[in-house]
Amino acid sequence: MSHGHLFSFGRGVFFLAPIFSNQDVLVMSFFSMKNRILPFLIISLILLFSSSSFAETTNSESFKQALELLQSKSYNKKGKAIEQLVITKDERVQPILEAMLKARLFYTKEDKITVIGKKHDDGFSLVSVLDQKDLGVLSKSKLKKIKVNNKLRGVLRASIATLSLSSPDADKRLSAVKQMLGKTNDTGIAFLKAHLKSEKDTAVREKIETLISINDLNSSDKAVKLAAIKTLFNDLNPETRNQLETLKDSDDAEIATASQNALKNIQKKLGFYEKVNTVFFGLSLGSVLVLAAIGLAITFGVMGVINMAHGELIMLGAYTTYVIQQIMPNHIGLSLVIAVPAAFIVSGSVGVLIERLVIRHLYGRPLETLLATFGISLILQQAIRSIFSPLNRAVETPSWMSGALEINPALALTYNRLYIIFFCLAVFAFLYLIIKRTSLGLSVQAVSQNRSMARAMGIRASRVDALTFGLGSGIAGIAGVALSQLTNVGPSMGQDYIIDSFMVVVFGGVGNLWGTLISGFTLGIANKFMEPWAGAVLAKILVLVFIILFIQKRPRGLFPKKGRAAES
Amino acid sequence: MNINFKKMLAGALMLSTSFVVTQAFAASHSKETIKVGVLHSLSGTMAISETTLKDTMLMLIEQQNKKGGLLGKQLEAVVVDPASDWPLFAEKTRELISKKKVDAIFGCWTSVSRKSVLPVIEELNGLMFYPVQYEGEESSKNIFYTGAAPNQQAIPAVNYLMDEIKVKRWVLAGTDYVYPRTTNKILKAYLLSKGVAEKDIMINYTPFGHSDWQSIVSDIKKFGSTGKKTAVVSTINGDANVPFYKELGNQGISSEDIPVVAFSVGEEELSGLDTKPLVGHLAAWNYFMSVESKENEEFIKTWQAFIKDKKRVTNDPMEAHVIGFKMWVKAVEKAGTTDTDKVIDAMIGIEVPNMTGGTAKMLKNHHITKPVLIGEIQEDGQFDVVWQTDGEVAGDAWSDFLPGSKDLISDWTAPIKCGNYNTKEKKCLATAK
Repeated sequence: MSHGHLFSFGRGVFFLAPIFSNQDVLVMSFFSMKNRILPFLIISLILLFSSSSFAETTNSESFKQALELLQSKSYNKKGKAIEQLVITKDERVQPILEAMLKARLFYTKEDKITVIGKKHDDGFSLVSVLDQKDLGVLSKSKLKKIKVNNKLRGVLRASIATLSLSSPDADKRLSAVKQMLGKTNDTGIAFLKAHLKSEKDTAVREKIETLISINDLNSSDKAVKLAAIKTLFNDLNPETRNQLETLKDSDDAEIATASQNALKNIQKKLGFYEKVNTVFFGLSLGSVLVLAAIGLAITFGVMGVINMAHGELIMLGAYTTYVIQQIMPNHIGLSLVIAVPAAFIVSGSVGVLIERLVIRHLYGRPLETLLATFGISLILQQAIRSIFSPLNRAVETPSWMSGALEINPALALTYNRLYIIFFCLAVFAFLYLIIKRTSLGLSVQAVSQNRSMARAMGIRASRVDALTFGLGSGIAGIAGVALSQLTNVGPSMGQDYIIDSFMVVVFGGVGNLWGTLISGFTLGIANKFMEPWAGAVLAKILVLVFIILFIQKRPRGLFPKKGRAAES
Repeated sequence: MNINFKKMLAGALMLSTSFVVTQAFAASHSKETIKVGVLHSLSGTMAISETTLKDTMLMLIEQQNKKGGLLGKQLEAVVVDPASDWPLFAEKTRELISKKKVDAIFGCWTSVSRKSVLPVIEELNGLMFYPVQYEGEESSKNIFYTGAAPNQQAIPAVNYLMDEIKVKRWVLAGTDYVYPRTTNKILKAYLLSKGVAEKDIMINYTPFGHSDWQSIVSDIKKFGSTGKKTAVVSTINGDANVPFYKELGNQGISSEDIPVVAFSVGEEELSGLDTKPLVGHLAAWNYFMSVESKENEEFIKTWQAFIKDKKRVTNDPMEAHVIGFKMWVKAVEKAGTTDTDKVIDAMIGIEVPNMTGGTAKMLKNHHITKPVLIGEIQEDGQFDVVWQTDGEVAGDAWSDFLPGSKDLISDWTAPIKCGNYNTKEKKCLATAK
């Protein structure tokens, strides 16, 4: 080893010494509440080592050691192993940590080889971590998972964040900086400042500058503090708010007023975004209501059939999604797309069957229809219980539907809700076009307005009835696909939606699609605006009371049918 | 006339089906048997949880019969279906005791079903084992509570969060019914007594099966963004949990930021959902399937063989039933009879091994000793134990943190023989309600 190497090694040891000399202290500090500092110790270590060329062998030696340590049962030891791995600065490290976070890191029970596994039929296809060798597929029973707990997860995330700061991908760097928000100390800030010089992406730069400013709020220099308050005047991060909260009672009058003003401004903005958020929540609740109700708007609204099995048709759609996911477990996203037409066909054909076998004989006898369809709903529920078991089924959410679209720190729109709002509008448009633009739609309107006249004009009313009911039921199935992404898929899931669906249709005005759309969104938004001060339980009751009162005043809903048809 | 005929027909149909069901179990043993009532919903909303317990009981009875039965007689399961219908629980109890002449009943899940059974079982002097964690504030001479009381689940879980995770702000979220309301009342009183400020506690109730958690989760997020460590203590029941955890995940709240500790989420519930958004969140129970012990390994093996499903999970209420059943068998052997009063007296002090390597002991207040475990949810739907109490904790029927029940104790041995004895006034309040 050359002199230079010795020197750099010495420097490394010198900085390592305080950490490694006393294991107990390390473990304690590692897992104390201050473990936020750890990533920055790691960063400083990386900085030290990156400037000097660490001897290859020592590095791979410690890499190997760390891997062995990872297999230990103690979480403290695993934490140490992670730290050691990060220090090696080996390019294999990041995939290891990511796999560990996703519970995909194993070791073989037989030879104790650390491997990254990928789900494969009934086992895992494995790649050895050390030499990237493909080890083929092994069954789960031959593997031992390297488990993580919450504390380790925090450490892992922080470590990955620091590692990905040097990633060529700007998005990764951005999320790395976001990870550090509120978890910084002086070393970290110093590192970020250094990084800022080489950073080219403006979004990342901005984020880093905010972070530095938030840190400056703690500065002992008054001028720096004031400047930081000024730059953070419009910043919505909760960390900024918390810091300003402590500054507003500062002894220094200038700082106190400045931070009070900034706080006032931030609160105003927050209030605005909160309202926007509530509207979004309302729209998304509304879209669920509309989706659940729109099939009913056809069967109940247009045909006048009180179908108590409507919820179960939704449930069938959700179970269709589940079955299709079971058939193609490796294409979650695609399975969802296929499930939409499949659910339409399944629920639609069940609907046609119900109409042909039962409802057909009961037209014009609403009470009997209600009872019969209620019976059908129980039969369908119990059938599903017998076929699939009474337990709920797990329907997976594709990755593009989880997470949120972050507009700013105070406003984030969750993707699944966004998709469902758009999906709801698309389904509505589809249905609207069918009713208004196709010959089936024309016949449906004709039959619903005047059955005997329509028959006299040569329309086969009974066939139209069956198709209409099938259409409404099919739409219910599609709603089931959407709901499977939001809530449980179980035998009695339909029960949760049947009341709401009727509520929406009645409020909107029987027989009017637009009415259903508008009433669904209105009820959704009203519910969400009431929820914060009334609580979820009371909000629901209030909405129901409101509808009852409304129906007393306008028995035909928001948009009643007009003309002679209304009287029938 | 027509309607009457239909009614009669329906009645006859129902009778004959229930007849067939009970006959099926009775058929094999025509000799004198000891009858064990199994009162769990096999249809309706609670079927999801209770069917498993019915199967557990059938397995235990089959096992006991293989060992030669009890007092030289074979055991016979009498299974009825109260159909998640609370008043029906009372009717079925009456049927089990008066008509079917069962010697013990194992049953109920929800507190409201237990409350419905209570007056009937006291009136007819029956014997029931209740296997689910509950809110406490009750002790009946005729009921043995083998699930956890609040001090065996809720309070230790809060202690864990306070001492190990250093939680300073608390969200108590629950479904709107008796168990969460009482538990949260106890927890709030407890937190206040520990010096937590009123403004650092947020309580929230939602209806059964609530599925739209957007605003509540966003409130929790806001509540947790003040820089103080925040945790959610969840008594959210059943189905509502899935959308709750999904929403947490989607709004970017991870288990490291705001951990959720749940009292109603177990292995069985997890097997029916996509566990990705739940990983790292916590649950407090007295048993986890992942606990490594000889008893547990054996139990899992027999259970999976009995149910003919290698992937079937076990859970906490199942363990409670196993313990309750073993205790009952021991007590009957000790008393030498199935006579209710003698068995009740014999029950107290009985010890059987639990499945986490310790011992469960029946106490004077009809509750048992249990270890408390905190587990983190793993991706495979199992729990990884991260903390547990040093030994078993004795179940306390009346919470020490509520003003009304502070001075009450339950003691069913002579001379007190009372479910709600006031230690200050030294007298027994009226019969336990």
